[in-house]
Amino acid sequence: MKLRVKFSKHGAIKFIGHLDVMRYFQKAIRRAGIDIAYTGGFSPHQIMSFAAPLGVGLESNGEYMDIEVNSLTSTQDTLERLNQQMAEGISVLEVKLLPDNAGNAMASVAAAKYTIHFREGYEPDFEYQARLAEFYQQEEIIVTKKTKKSESTFDMKPFIYDCHVAEDGSISLTVDASSSGNIKPSLVIQAFYEKNEKILNEIALMITREETYTNIGDDIQRNLVPLGAVGENF
Amino acid sequence: MRKLALSDEILMKVEKPARYIGGEINSVMKNKNDISVRFAMCFPDVYEIGMSHLGIQILYDMFNRFEDTWCERVYSPWPDMDAIMREQQIPLFALESQDPIKDFDFLGITIQYEMCYTNILQVIDLAGIPLLAAERTWDDPIVIGGGPCAYNPEPIADFFDLFYIGEGETQYRALLDLYKDCKAKGMSRTDFLAEAGKLPGIYAPQLYEVTYHEDYTIAAFEPIREDIPRTITKELVHDVSNTYYPEKLVVPFIKCTQDRVVLEIQRGCIRGCRFCQAGQLYRPVRERDVEMLKDYAIKLLDNTGYEEISLSSLSSSDYSHLEELVNFLIEECRNKKVNISLPSLRIDAFSLDVMEKVQDIKKSSLTFAPEAGSQRLRNVINKGLTEEVILNGAKLAFEGGWNRVKLYFMLGLPTETEDDIKGIAELSNKIASTYYETVPKEKRNGKVQIVASTSFFIPKPFTPFQWASQNTKEQFIEKAYLTKRAVMDQLNQKSIKYNWHEADASVMEGILARGDRRIAPVIMSAYKKGCIFDAWGEYYKHDIWMETFAECGIDTSFYTTRERNLDEIFPWDFIDCGVTKEFLKKEWLKALDEDVTKNCKIQCNACGAARFGCGICFEPRNQKEDV
Repeated sequence: MKLRVKFSKHGAIKFIGHLDVMRYFQKAIRRAGIDIAYTGGFSPHQIMSFAAPLGVGLESNGEYMDIEVNSLTSTQDTLERLNQQMAEGISVLEVKLLPDNAGNAMASVAAAKYTIHFREGYEPDFEYQARLAEFYQQEEIIVTKKTKKSESTFDMKPFIYDCHVAEDGSISLTVDASSSGNIKPSLVIQAFYEKNEKILNEIALMITREETYTNIGDDIQRNLVPLGAVGENF
Repeated sequence: MRKLALSDEILMKVEKPARYIGGEINSVMKNKNDISVRFAMCFPDVYEIGMSHLGIQILYDMFNRFEDTWCERVYSPWPDMDAIMREQQIPLFALESQDPIKDFDFLGITIQYEMCYTNILQVIDLAGIPLLAAERTWDDPIVIGGGPCAYNPEPIADFFDLFYIGEGETQYRALLDLYKDCKAKGMSRTDFLAEAGKLPGIYAPQLYEVTYHEDYTIAAFEPIREDIPRTITKELVHDVSNTYYPEKLVVPFIKCTQDRVVLEIQRGCIRGCRFCQAGQLYRPVRERDVEMLKDYAIKLLDNTGYEEISLSSLSSSDYSHLEELVNFLIEECRNKKVNISLPSLRIDAFSLDVMEKVQDIKKSSLTFAPEAGSQRLRNVINKGLTEEVILNGAKLAFEGGWNRVKLYFMLGLPTETEDDIKGIAELSNKIASTYYETVPKEKRNGKVQIVASTSFFIPKPFTPFQWASQNTKEQFIEKAYLTKRAVMDQLNQKSIKYNWHEADASVMEGILARGDRRIAPVIMSAYKKGCIFDAWGEYYKHDIWMETFAECGIDTSFYTTRERNLDEIFPWDFIDCGVTKEFLKKEWLKALDEDVTKNCKIQCNACGAARFGCGICFEPRNQKEDV
């Protein structure tokens, strides 16, 4: 049986990288006494998979991981047991039982929504609200992608699903987060700055991932729902 | 949520920001308004090394059981962070509260190896505390050192207000009470230090004076006040089964060197290898009750969630209930899907059977530590491991499917000759031959792989070799080449890989290990020239160190190559570690006669540790010869 666990990550813990968060959860699951399934062999490990790695320094209200368990209690009990074992800054928000045919967390990811605040003292020195709308209305947004070996350009526009300024002045961004087309939110803001002939200092951005989505529609008619929506309480 | 001492801008810039944020599982938060003593516990090296140290976890747990005390942790900021903190004048802080160390009552520093001395200065300096103890006031925390290097505290005595000699579980409560009392009475800091210096095991270096002969050997070491003890006797726990031991360990977020539950099964060692400092310092052997260990193993695994457990002690094979404990753990760990990481055990039928159960034979290797290449030299160092035992152990293991062997040796031991060095290669070759003789061709899984490693011998205080001459760097290097050539001459040379350690750092460690108070200005000067993280090869600056010794007019050979007279007063002689100087002297002379001394289980050799009234000294002797 597979459970999908949703958690949030705030405060100092944002400095703990993805692999260490995995190791953290492996220990938390042991402490919580969750009946997790293990692989065989000399060093058995827990059957666990994370949806989308979160970069160091980012906060989140919508992280997901799937775990395989041998037995079930209830959503309430599992949630409480896990939350009793959390470090400051991490909370477990949901535990859902997945249908047998559900794809694994990582493969299911289609998009993610981010809120971006400007850090105090690093606010843009230009009027960005109207210009962001202009930026997003462009037919194409060509950016340069640098890899170790080469540089290539591509059009980012089809991978940005929403981009607007919220009432409090923060930027709300929904982008492709699938393994094939993952867009870093800072890349979008950087392109926006370049368009306005400004240089972005990456430390200026305080980024929170609000939700991670799966697509229950198709490629043409997207229907994005939170990853946890495909499971049920138990 | 806790507010961090460092801004996001800084934390995003440095390597592994998790080193500085605290908040780990089982770390202890208290309300600072409810407590009267704040203790910052420091391991002066990078977080991942410091967090792997069991001693701090034991004391951290003990201090935090005291209702009036809050113990927090602090480690050496890595060079990238060190530079930022200096540039931006950010004071060093404790991980839990993120408060400056300067605001604490105590800064306790565990001193596990000599090469951390400049890191001690780094920590004190970044905290904003004067480097010299003599310049401190009540505005500064009491800086107290402990751990094995506190047994020769003299090279760093100028930087510490107090040293705690021995095991931390026994006297800290009394010291904290004295501190509270002195503060309440409005006593001066100096008077507090003098009172502390009367507590068992506590050494207040500023209250002692050293005078030297013309050749810089010590003429006298005296307290400057009559009410201060002339000798400091080490503290130790008499009953190690009924004392402080944590049921929880602080679990780091990032992977540390020791990424597992560590269970200390006993203290001390019966063996008496003559080069080994720990073997003398921690006498007598005291074993923990096996039922206690079983109980703690379960609790620690449950409370940490670790997926691995290991046992810790010197010479773990000598623990009386090892078989019972290991079998219990194998059973428990199978159910809990926990790995067991075995300490290096004497290779015999039992250990091979256990290894087979807990490790993948194809991936694991056998470890032997003969330490010297010939039986003659092994007798000199009193390492009771014979060639026959090694070859029998290897044969047994090869039959069981192993084909990888690790061997540890030392170069530069007292009385060493070319033949002893060649013996390293010859023994490696014999083990390889044993493989080819034991395992028929069709059953071989490739070649046997033998890795022989040598380190350079460094004489340490409180060992029979404290009188010995250390080799020069040139001798070390020559001996490493001789070993390498000897390996190349062997029939099975293609199965043997030879590694050796850096010679520079071994020379430096030798100077610090048997150093005296005259070295302190050199350490301070080297630190000011930028020496930190000397234990890390990539940061160790040998040339700067040697240049600084020259500037300070100190001849390093006084500390290293010089052979000491039997009646010389050593800088550390005022410390009584239980083992008497008379015993060590007898052992040194026996070593030169190539005469071995039996281990404590077979016979008492009257080393002096029996006067503590505990441990193996009071257990029946095992009459049968057991090596």
